[in-house]
Amino acid sequence: MISVEHLTKHYGHFTAVDNVSFTAATGRVTGFLGPNGAGKSTTMRIMVGLTRPSTGHVTISGSDYRELVNPGLEVGVLLDASAQHAGRSGREILAIAAQTMGLPRSRVSETLARVGLTESEAERRVRNYSLGMRQRLGLATALIGDPQVLILDEPANGLDPAGIRWMRDLLRGFADAGGTVLLSSHLLHEIEVIADDIVVIGQGRIVAQGSKSELLAAAGTLVRTADPERLARALAEASVTTTPIDGGLRVDADPELVGETAHRAGVALRELRAADGAGLEEMFLELTAETAREGAAA
Amino acid sequence: MSTTTLTTTPAPSTPVDASTRPARVVRPIPTTRLVGVELRKMFDTRAGFWMMASVGIVSVLATAAVIIWAPDEAITQNTFSTAIGMPLSVVLPIIAIMSITGEYSQRTGLTTYTLVPWRGRVIASKLVATLLVGVVSMLLALAVGALGNLLGSAVTGLDATWDITLAQLGLIVLANILGMLMGFMLGVLFRSTPGAIVGYFVYSFVLPVALGTLAAFQEWFRDLQPWVDVQFAITRLFDNSMTAEYWQQLAVTTLVWLWIPLAVGLRAILRAEVK
Repeated sequence: MISVEHLTKHYGHFTAVDNVSFTAATGRVTGFLGPNGAGKSTTMRIMVGLTRPSTGHVTISGSDYRELVNPGLEVGVLLDASAQHAGRSGREILAIAAQTMGLPRSRVSETLARVGLTESEAERRVRNYSLGMRQRLGLATALIGDPQVLILDEPANGLDPAGIRWMRDLLRGFADAGGTVLLSSHLLHEIEVIADDIVVIGQGRIVAQGSKSELLAAAGTLVRTADPERLARALAEASVTTTPIDGGLRVDADPELVGETAHRAGVALRELRAADGAGLEEMFLELTAETAREGAAA
Repeated sequence: MSTTTLTTTPAPSTPVDASTRPARVVRPIPTTRLVGVELRKMFDTRAGFWMMASVGIVSVLATAAVIIWAPDEAITQNTFSTAIGMPLSVVLPIIAIMSITGEYSQRTGLTTYTLVPWRGRVIASKLVATLLVGVVSMLLALAVGALGNLLGSAVTGLDATWDITLAQLGLIVLANILGMLMGFMLGVLFRSTPGAIVGYFVYSFVLPVALGTLAAFQEWFRDLQPWVDVQFAITRLFDNSMTAEYWQQLAVTTLVWLWIPLAVGLRAILRAEVK
C-alpha cells in the first residue's frame, strides 16, 4: 500500500504539488491521471526519495522509502524509460540492477522473457531500442526484484495497442497476487483500460478520486440537440445540474429523466446516452480545463 | 470547489491473504557489492572500456617510444615511469570524472538512486572504485615500465638500471591520486561530462600556463606561485624534491582547489533533485 499524506512541493513561487493526499490500495491498480505538468512525476519522484517534498510525506507499506533496506526487492520503480544508458545492452542494464539487489544471474533471462524481450533484442544496445522496448526494459528493472509494490510513470507511453493490453494483463495479475500498482498517464484511455481506482490531478491538486465504477457512475448522461440552451433551462427547472459540452450537455441525471424533460420541453434530440467512457473523458477535460494549458483555448 | 463533490473514497480492496506471497527476508545491500557494481559500470560501455584500455595502450606505446628513441644511458626505470606516468596522469582524472557524470549525462542516476536511495553510499562506492582502478592502473604501468626497462637493457646490452625508490613511487602514486580526486571533484561539482572535462583542462593546462606566465613576468607573484598554483605543487611530487615547505604549499593549494570545492560539490549532489 502506498499512502501519500498532504504532500506539497514548491519551486520558488511555483507550487508543483499542492497538498496531495491519496492511497493506492493493496490488490488494486491505481491510475494517476492528469495532463502534462500536473505534478504526477514530481509526486512519484518524491515517493522514491529523488526529490525532497516541501511538506508532507509518503509511506510505502508503512515505511519511508529510504528506510527500506533493499528497495529494489520491495518496490519496483519505473520513472522514465528513456533514462537508461544508451551504450549498454538491455541485458547489461538488467544485470546491473540484479547485481545491485543481490539476485542470481538466472533472474535476468527470466525477467527478459517475462517482459517479452527476446535474447537477440537483449543483446542490442539501448540506443537502438524503440520507446516501447525501453518501456519493457524499464518494466523488467522494476519487476526483477519481485517487489510487492510498483510505481510506474507513464509506462504505456510508446506501447502499441497490443502492448497496452499486455501491460494491463501483467499489472492485473500483479495486483491479483496481492501487489499494489500505481501508474500514471496523461491519457484517459490508458487509465480506463488498466486501472481499478483513479486519482485525477490538475495543476498540482487532486481534483477527483475514487474507484473507476464510481467515477463512471458520476458521469451522468450525454445529450446532444440543436438547442442545448432550451434543454438546459428545462433541466434547470427540474433541479438538474448540466454542463455544456460541444453540441449538447452533460447532465447529472439518468437518460430516462433527460428524455422525458426534453419531450415536455419540445426539444428534439440527436443523441441520448449514458455518459460512460465518453463521460469520464468529458469529466477529465472539465476537471482539468481550468488547470490545463489547453484550458485557455477552451 | 465544486469538484470536491466528486471525491469519493476508494472502494475497500478485496482482502488479500498475506500468505499468497511467501514472506522473505530482505537483506541490506553491502558496500562491497556497491563497489563491485560501480566497477562494472566503469567497464561495460564502449567509452568506459576504451578509457580503461587506453591505460594499457598508453603504457605500451610510451614504453616502446622510450626503447626506440631514448639514448642508451636514459634506459632506466625512472625514464620509463615518467614516460608512462605523464599520459596516465591525464587519463586517470578523466576516468574519475566519468564515474560520476555518467549517472547524470545518461540519466542512469534515476535508476541508481532509486535502487540505492542513500546517495552518500553510492558516491563513496564510486570513489573507492575509482581509486582502485587508479592504483591498479599505476601498478600495471609500473610493470609495463619494468618490462620495458628489461627489454631496453637487452637491446642496448647494458645492465638494467633500477633507479626508483619505494618512497619515490609512493609520491608518484599520491600525485596521481590527487589528480583523480581533482577529476572526481569536478565531476561532483559539474555533474555533466563536457562541463567537467572542460573544467579539468582549464585546471590542468590553462591555469598552470597562465600562472606560470604571470610568475615569469611579475616579480611579486614569483614567490607567491607555489602557494596558489595547485598543479605546480602537485608536480613537485613527481620530482622527488619534497621539503616541509613544499608539503605546506601542497596542503594549502589542495585545500583551496580540491577539498573545499569537493565539499561544496558533495553537499550539492546529496541534496539536488535527480531528474
